[in-house]
Amino acid sequence: MTDKLNKTQDTPTAGTVPMVKAEGVHKSFGHVEVLKGIDLEVKPGEVFCLIGPSGSGKSTFLRCINHLEKINAGRLYVDGELVGYRQQGEKLYELRDREVAMKRRDIGMVFQRFNLFPHMTAVENVMEAPVQVKGVSRAQARERAMQLLERVGLDDRAGHYPSQLSGGQQQRVAIARALAMEPKLMLFDEPTSALDPELVGDVLDVMRDLAESGMTMVVVTHEMGFAREVGDSLVFMDDGVVVESGHPRDVLTNPQHERTQSFLSKVL
Amino acid sequence: MTDIDKTAEPTDTPPAGAEAIKAIPVRHYGRYVSAVIAIALLVAIIYAFAQGQINWHAVPDYFFDDRIVTGVSKTLLLTVLSMLIGIVGGIVLAVMRLSKNPVTSAIAWFYIWFFRGTPVLVQLFLWFNLGLVFRYINLMPLYKDEWSNFMTPLLTALLGLGLNEAAYMAEICRAGLLAVDEGQTEAAHALGMSHAKTLRRVVIPQAMRVIVPPTGNEVINMLKTTSLVAAVQYPELFRYAQDIGQNSGAPVEMYFLAAAWYLIMTSVLSVGQYYLERYYARGSSRQLPPTPWQKVKTNMLSLGRPKGGMA
Repeated sequence: MTDKLNKTQDTPTAGTVPMVKAEGVHKSFGHVEVLKGIDLEVKPGEVFCLIGPSGSGKSTFLRCINHLEKINAGRLYVDGELVGYRQQGEKLYELRDREVAMKRRDIGMVFQRFNLFPHMTAVENVMEAPVQVKGVSRAQARERAMQLLERVGLDDRAGHYPSQLSGGQQQRVAIARALAMEPKLMLFDEPTSALDPELVGDVLDVMRDLAESGMTMVVVTHEMGFAREVGDSLVFMDDGVVVESGHPRDVLTNPQHERTQSFLSKVL
Repeated sequence: MTDIDKTAEPTDTPPAGAEAIKAIPVRHYGRYVSAVIAIALLVAIIYAFAQGQINWHAVPDYFFDDRIVTGVSKTLLLTVLSMLIGIVGGIVLAVMRLSKNPVTSAIAWFYIWFFRGTPVLVQLFLWFNLGLVFRYINLMPLYKDEWSNFMTPLLTALLGLGLNEAAYMAEICRAGLLAVDEGQTEAAHALGMSHAKTLRRVVIPQAMRVIVPPTGNEVINMLKTTSLVAAVQYPELFRYAQDIGQNSGAPVEMYFLAAAWYLIMTSVLSVGQYYLERYYARGSSRQLPPTPWQKVKTNMLSLGRPKGGMA
C-alpha cells in the first residue's frame, strides 16, 4: 500500500496512475450494506460505464468518489490520492471540510435531477464556482462560461433561468457548469434518466463530444447504446458487488454471468 | 435543436375561422342580494359612528402635532431596531438549532421554548425589574452602573421586543433553510464550494423566498406590538396619543388618530414587502407577476382598443 503511494508521488506522469482506483470499498447506510467490496480501476482518458439494476449501489459508489458519501471500509483513490483521508504511516486522518472541498474542485459531477441553482441564470450558474471558489474575475468567468455554453449549444439561452429551460437544456447547462472548474474527472449520475426520450439525444451528444476530447468520465447510465458506442470499459453491478466487467461490446453482446444476462435481456 | 422552447408566451386569441361563442351568462341573483345586505350593514355602522359623541375635528387638529410626529418616529425606530435584533438573533438561533453540535442545538431549543412560551408584556416587565437580581451592571473596564440607571426604557423596550422576536424569527429562518432542496447543497459541494459559501451563495438566497413573507408579517406585527412598551415608560405613538387625549379631553378621538397612523405605517410596509417578495421570486416562476404600476400602465394602454377585436 505505502509502496504504491510512494510510486505515485515519484512519477507525476498521469498516464501510469489510474484516475480512480477502488480497493474493497464498503458502504453501509445504517444496517443496510450498499457496497460490499468494490474493486475497480478507471484509467485516465477512459469512459467508464456503470450499469445495473436500481439499488445495486452504482450511484452510491459514484458519490463516494467525490466524498459526498463516506466509505466504511476499503480504500478509494482519485489520481493516486486517498479520497477523504490522509494516511500517515498506518494511521488515517479524516480530511477537514476545506481540504475535501479543495479536492472536489478537480472532479466535476452531473446529477440526475440537474440541481442547477434556480435563482441564477444559465450563465451565472456556470460562472458561480470559478468566481467563488477559484477567485476568477467576473468578466473572465463570464467569457469562459459563454464559451462553455456555446460548446453545449446553449449560448443563446445564457440569460434564461433554469425554470425557463427544458430538462435537456438544464442538463447541458449543468454539464457546462461542471466543466467550468476544468476538472480532470467527470462523474455522471444517470444524466438522462429524468429527461423526456426526445431530449436524451442532445445530452448524449454533448457527452460523446466530451469523451472525444479525452476527458476521463465515470458514467452511471441506463443508455446501453451510449455505453456500447462511447464506453471504453463497462462494469455491471448488482447488490453491491461488481458482477462482470470488460469492454462494453463484449459484456453487452456476450455476457458471461447469468445475472448479467437476465438484466440485459430486460433492458436491451 | 430539438428542445422545446418554453419561453414562448401563450396567446388568448381564438383560432382563425372558428366562431367565438356568444351565450347569455348565468344570472347570480344571490350575489346581488348579499351585496345589498353587506352595503346596508356598512352604511349603518358608518352612520352610527358619525352620530356618536365623538368630536371628529380633534383628529385632523392633532394629526401632525409635534408629539404625535415624535411618537411616530419613535415607533418606527423601535420597530426597526427590534426587528434587527430579532432577525440577527433569529438567524444565529436557526443555525444553532440546525447545527450538529447537540449543546448549541439544545440551548437554541431552550431559548425558543422560553421566549415563545411567555407573553411579551410579561417579558418587558421582567427586563424592567431585573434590578432585583442584578444590583449593578459591571463590564469591568468599560462600564459600571446601577441596573436601574443602565436599563433605560428604550433598552428595556428593545431587549424585550427584540429577544422575543428572535425566537419567532429563528423558527421562520429554520423553516426556510430546511425548504431548500438537498440537491442544491450537494451540487455546490461537488463544485468545491465550502459550507459557508454554499450557505451564503446557494442556500440562503433560496431560503429567502420562504422567509420573506412571514418576516413581513412579523414586521407589521412588531410595529403594532411596540404599543405595549408604553407600559415600561417608553413614550411612542400610542403613549403620546394617550397623553394628549387625557390633557385635551378627547381620549377616544386620540385612539382613532393612533389607529389611523398605525394603518398608514402598516400599509407602507405591505407595499415594501410586495417588492421584496418579487425580488426573491426571480427564477422560481417563469414569469414574474407585474407590479401594480405595470398593471396600471398596461390597462391605460389597452383602454382605447377593445380586447380580442370581437366587440
